[in-house]
Amino acid sequence: MTEHTARQRITRTEVAHVADLARLSLTEQELDDFTNQLAAVLDHAADLEVLDLTEVEPMIHPWPLRNVLRPDVIGETSDQNEVLSSAPSIENKQFRVPPVLGEAP
Amino acid sequence: MSTSKETTAWSLAADIRSGVRSARTVLEEHLSVIDAGEKDIHAFNLVLIEEARAAADVVDARVAAGDDPGPLAGVPVALKDNICTRGVPTTCSSRILEGWRPPYNATVVDRLTAAGAVVVGKTNLDEFGMGSSTENSAFGVTRNPLDLTKVPGGSSGGSAAAVAAGFTPLALGSDTGGSIRQPAALCGVVGVKPTYGVVSRYGLVAFASSLDQIGPLSRTVADSALMLEVIGGHDRRDSTSIPAPAPDLTSVLDHGVEGLRVGIIEELSGDGIEGVAGDVRDRLSEAAASLEAAGATVATTSVPSTVYGLSAYYVVAPAEASSNLARYDGVRFGLRIEASNAGDMNIATRTAGFGDEVKRRIMLGTYALSAGYYDAYYGKSQKVRTLIMNDFARAYEEFDILLSPTAPTTAFPIGEKTSDPMAMYLNDVCTISSNLAGHPSMSVPFGLGNDGMPIGIQVLAPATDEPTMFRVAAVLESAAPSGHPAMGGVA
Repeated sequence: MTEHTARQRITRTEVAHVADLARLSLTEQELDDFTNQLAAVLDHAADLEVLDLTEVEPMIHPWPLRNVLRPDVIGETSDQNEVLSSAPSIENKQFRVPPVLGEAP
Repeated sequence: MSTSKETTAWSLAADIRSGVRSARTVLEEHLSVIDAGEKDIHAFNLVLIEEARAAADVVDARVAAGDDPGPLAGVPVALKDNICTRGVPTTCSSRILEGWRPPYNATVVDRLTAAGAVVVGKTNLDEFGMGSSTENSAFGVTRNPLDLTKVPGGSSGGSAAAVAAGFTPLALGSDTGGSIRQPAALCGVVGVKPTYGVVSRYGLVAFASSLDQIGPLSRTVADSALMLEVIGGHDRRDSTSIPAPAPDLTSVLDHGVEGLRVGIIEELSGDGIEGVAGDVRDRLSEAAASLEAAGATVATTSVPSTVYGLSAYYVVAPAEASSNLARYDGVRFGLRIEASNAGDMNIATRTAGFGDEVKRRIMLGTYALSAGYYDAYYGKSQKVRTLIMNDFARAYEEFDILLSPTAPTTAFPIGEKTSDPMAMYLNDVCTISSNLAGHPSMSVPFGLGNDGMPIGIQVLAPATDEPTMFRVAAVLESAAPSGHPAMGGVA
């Protein structure tokens, strides 16, 4: 139904860009493999191209629930120490991270 | 303890509540079955021996004091390891959650323990629920208890294997595109995906939030009904939870199917789909005939847009996953690979922490949501969900229940599909549309394939009609050719 081959549907450069957006680092071999595999999935998804969907509303969610509110009262909250105990690094009861700007000395 | 495969949650709870047997004795029997079989099967990421003993002793103390511990009194249960347990590692079978102990319980865990259930362990899964074979786990594959060379299905393969092996009579799984029903079919047990919103997702680690739903796996239809009654019902901590009590299922199980109109979905049952095996089609015909013999009317029907379900799903689910999994950044919990700045630390952590399938889906979803491609992929797929909803609505004007196979084939060999993601995805072709529509469906074991492995029949119902779905499942169970393949006779 399409003249594109699986290889053409997404390029190696696009996969590298997407990996960058997703904060993933790929080896050259992984770039090749993922490009082929993602292209195969996108190729399958191309069967949607035959559908005329101009008059169809998108479905965001199975149920028409809107504005689910709760009473504005303080309920049970997590214990700070318990939450921090699973963090990779903490300091003064806060999450500790490497420098966001610049490099660590 | 060869008896454990014939025991049901119903009979165990009845015996324990009336003091005929102790919860501790029942637990020890199950622990010894686990001890004997787990080395080969690897259903669990973690067995909670001491915690389970303490919980069983509490149940026994309550019975001794004249209390009723609840409908699941002393029943051993296994939890898929993407369901949060306070203070107990919850890994999603991913390295990225290394060292994380959730500071809270999932609502379903609180409800199970309040009903007297005894949690014995956390079961293996495809990392974050992404897979159909439980081969994508950072902690190794789970094997099908009925044939150790075959996959148990996935992603709730550990839970299905635990139930099929007699490790526990009940387990919880989660189902985003078939992850409860497909492994249930491949292991010869019952598996239920409830209506979206019937079971709270609070404390279920998110994969695709508009599709995920927790549900039971068990050896009998009645046991799944019992478990769903316990875990279902509104939860204020999940804003997508339906504001209604859990469905009443156990009281309707014996109501039969007299007068029900049953439609076989032709697009998912043979001619329309490549790859539905002949033996699977044969069992489906026999299942339909058994419903007819029990007083239902059966006809073939068309739900045309279900053929687009797979394509829409493999855009929508990765898109939601790419957003949900952005939280794993090495800052607040789980793995961190140190680097000299925060950005490099994020990248190093995610690259080391996620397996290939998770990376594949994150990238697919990121691409489908990225500038220039959103309308072509994500927008279009959301519209296909509407088409599927509309087609189901039309079908349910004529039929009360729809039927299809759960999976196109019986369990496949370990390693067969790992190098070809698209071939693996095709395993979900029959189950996906229920998730896209938010409808309930369940798999019931119905005889064996030519290879002697179990086949599951999928029973689909309109939103919130679990009661009718369970009535049909109960009739199929009693009509199934050789009883339950997972019950008895298996080493």
